[in-house]
Amino acid sequence: MNKPLRRVAIFCGLLVLALLLRDNWLQYVRADELNANPKNKRVQIERYSNERGNIIVDGKPITGSVDSGDNFYAFKRTYVDGRMWAPVTGYASQAFDANQIEKIEDGILTGNDDRLFFDRTLSMFTGEKKKGGDVVTTLSGAAQRAAFKGLGSKTGAVVAIEPSTGKILALASTPSYDPGSFAGYHDKDAQAWQALEKDKNKPKLNRALREIYPPGSVFKVVTAAAALESGKVKDINAATDTPEGWKIPLSTVPMKNHASGCTNASLNEALRVSCNSVFAKLGDDVGRDKMVEMAEKFGFNAEQFTPVRSAASVYDKKADRGGNALSSIGQFNTATTPLQMAMVTAAIANDGKLMKPYMIDQLRAPNLDVIKKTEPEELSRPVSQSTAQQLQAMMENVVEKGTGANAALDIDGVRVGGKTGTAQHGEKNAKRPYAWFISYAKTDQGSPVAVAVVVEDSAGTDREDITGGGLAAPIAKAVMKAVLKSKS
Amino acid sequence: MSVVTNTTTIGAIEAPSRRNTELALLAFAVAIPVFAYLAVGLAIDGKVPPGMLGYGAGLTLLAGVAHLVVRKFAPYADPLLLPLGTLLNGLGLVLIWRLDQSPRLIQRATSAYGSFSPDAPKQMLYSAIGIAMFVGVLLVLKDHRVLQRYTYISMVAALVLLLLPLVPGLGSDVFGAKIWINVAGFSIQPGEFAKLVLAVFFSGYLMVKRDALALASRRFMGLYLPRGRDLGPIVTIWAVSLLILVFENDLGTSLLFFGMFVIMLYVATERTSWIVIGLLMSAGGAVVVGSTASHVQSRVAAWLDPFGCLKTAPEGSNMANACDQMTQVLMSFGSGGILGTGLGQGNSDLIGFAANSDFIFATVGEELGLAGVMVFLLLYGLIIERGVRTALAARDPFGKLLAMGLSGAFALQVFVVAGGVMGLIPLTGMTMPFLAYGGSSVIANWALIGVLIRISDTARRPAPSPAPNPDAEMTQVVRP
Repeated sequence: MNKPLRRVAIFCGLLVLALLLRDNWLQYVRADELNANPKNKRVQIERYSNERGNIIVDGKPITGSVDSGDNFYAFKRTYVDGRMWAPVTGYASQAFDANQIEKIEDGILTGNDDRLFFDRTLSMFTGEKKKGGDVVTTLSGAAQRAAFKGLGSKTGAVVAIEPSTGKILALASTPSYDPGSFAGYHDKDAQAWQALEKDKNKPKLNRALREIYPPGSVFKVVTAAAALESGKVKDINAATDTPEGWKIPLSTVPMKNHASGCTNASLNEALRVSCNSVFAKLGDDVGRDKMVEMAEKFGFNAEQFTPVRSAASVYDKKADRGGNALSSIGQFNTATTPLQMAMVTAAIANDGKLMKPYMIDQLRAPNLDVIKKTEPEELSRPVSQSTAQQLQAMMENVVEKGTGANAALDIDGVRVGGKTGTAQHGEKNAKRPYAWFISYAKTDQGSPVAVAVVVEDSAGTDREDITGGGLAAPIAKAVMKAVLKSKS
Repeated sequence: MSVVTNTTTIGAIEAPSRRNTELALLAFAVAIPVFAYLAVGLAIDGKVPPGMLGYGAGLTLLAGVAHLVVRKFAPYADPLLLPLGTLLNGLGLVLIWRLDQSPRLIQRATSAYGSFSPDAPKQMLYSAIGIAMFVGVLLVLKDHRVLQRYTYISMVAALVLLLLPLVPGLGSDVFGAKIWINVAGFSIQPGEFAKLVLAVFFSGYLMVKRDALALASRRFMGLYLPRGRDLGPIVTIWAVSLLILVFENDLGTSLLFFGMFVIMLYVATERTSWIVIGLLMSAGGAVVVGSTASHVQSRVAAWLDPFGCLKTAPEGSNMANACDQMTQVLMSFGSGGILGTGLGQGNSDLIGFAANSDFIFATVGEELGLAGVMVFLLLYGLIIERGVRTALAARDPFGKLLAMGLSGAFALQVFVVAGGVMGLIPLTGMTMPFLAYGGSSVIANWALIGVLIRISDTARRPAPSPAPNPDAEMTQVVRP
């Protein structure tokens, strides 16, 4: 009987071997695929299994973690002033995943990042509970508050940048949402989420980074920069050869001005009163390709990574002459994020050097060791120093004597430059226009802040009153004031 | 016997008993689960678990008693079987205790049954009964050949055991499978014991009939078919037991009995034709069952493409449940990776239903990883190997058949459970021997180890020295 016995023994061996092979296939070959399966709750459980690190502004956390006493997700995210900070933090929800900084820096916040390996190993020996690291932002609480308060119940966005470094100081978007309202995974979280999804005011949209608006007249500073850089205008105070009712090329429609005194107005004067004809003609004189080049140097036609990704602003690369002329005054296909306009302003205020905008200053381990520090980085030099200074002179003129008077700051040693914009949109301009304002403050030590403000469709304001100067400039002023105050 | 060799002057060279080896291995088999228990406690509560002393003492006591009984009553037994059983049983207790700590499972039990009671203490009690059974087998069964006498009684006993769950009032239908009976507040799965008894019947019958089965056969289509009167009774018993199991919805056990039957028939008759016939019959049976039983269909679907069928299956249906369970188990294994998450630190409790019984192997996969699962499979492989070795060493055909039948059944059970859980074959509800929660399983498997130890003791026992020849004298000339 021994021969069949041996054979059966071999058969039993094969059974065990098959199990071993299958196990290797399952746990070695397919492990990553199974772990990445969206049905796998473990990623979420892990994300909330220990106290999540915080997002820090001005040294104070704007987020928190509470022990949720739950069997699935031990900790729940909480937010301090969630509505105000939502465009910065994004959300981290047990049921609805995460976005923005909460998602991008998830590894640091959960403590699972490889860079925290040493820290984790150490705490394994000291017996400390695992904790996530912190994300220290560049934002300024005062500037953010000013921006959020300034927007109030209006729909819109504010971006403030420190021109010399590219640090984002304020990033506000209204209407906003409270990311804490759906941080859990229970019914009320789902209801809050559904309500936000259905809200036609789109509160979850980050208007500062992800929405592109026609910039209208604020784009004229880019056209002015192109005109100066290309040599089409050598003296900002010399008269230009622009008739009132300049005809748009390839069309019979004359370009209308809302302002008066635009005939042959100088560049300085044209910017002060915001002449459409002068800038449309300048854009046409500079030519489409040079206009595209200038816009792209400022950051148009590309996504920005702050590290939260922004939408790409648009300057039409294929426009015909008429289209280009309209694009030059911020109409036609031109569309920009508030971030983009803040970058333009910052580059001008920084004497022509555009710094890469960023909002994460440091990543910190739970023991406060700095894991990574973001160094300011030059993105491009859109204009020369002299062009930048000419642009500054013109923009300061706008605030001192022009449409941007509402942004004037009565602080000694602080110069303020700005530009208003009232961008028409909708079919036949039927919808309420967008009110824009871009500005910067500058002292002898350089410029501490550049701001872009956009206010959409503000209900409760008469259509005639919707102007960049009237609606947006006071917000920019408040933000600049807040930054200057916190610096001094 | 023309020549009588006198051996009285030279003592018989005894085979080494290996009892000390067994003791040393047992020390490991107790120490490893105790450390595992400590690891779970530290991982979950961050402190030394309070029951550690009791658990360690309990396991030491059980192992010690078993060892002393083996030392006294089966001194030549295989030294590996007892430590292997102890190690698996100990680790199984740790895994069950670990799942007892899961707040999710506690909540689940509380919302489903209104209360939660930990399973580990019960399993500890079952283990003690299991060791008692083991001791009982060794004490009562002085020689395994005694079992031959009970061939036909075994047959009746096996049938009775299998029929018990169908008796109204006694049997209880739990989650679709009618394989439990309720006695004095305890649920017993008689099928686990029927496995042992049936192996005794098969061995006894085949030992007597093996020549008839192998030789008195007609050739048909290249296969040797035995005469009906030789094969008839055994096929009848086997078929009846299969029918009962099909009625009880217990496919795993049917497969196990069938496999055990074919293996023993093949070993007894040495005819390859049995393998062919067995495979043909099981293929036919699989087709019939697969196309009629709906819960088999859903399990096959869950086996073929668990993630896919989860999407297509209607919400709340049997199939959706089967597929969901399978995906949870697979993700458990996946998240374990190579080294696992560490004891007490996985999320295998997401499987929910039957996490500590049918699916306990997934907890091994998640918390001990590929390395741990392979160790467990090799431990089971070693038990099987020792069983087969015992069968090879056994001097009597009954012992050979019984040892082979038992270790073959053990191998099939491990394969069907582990293969089902790992998605190698469709899932059938059976317990991982020693590891899974369940009294019947632990007790029956300890009895199985007891029988194997008894056979190996007989097999390895040196031949008794011949009685001194009264005619022999010290001066007798040894003739060539």
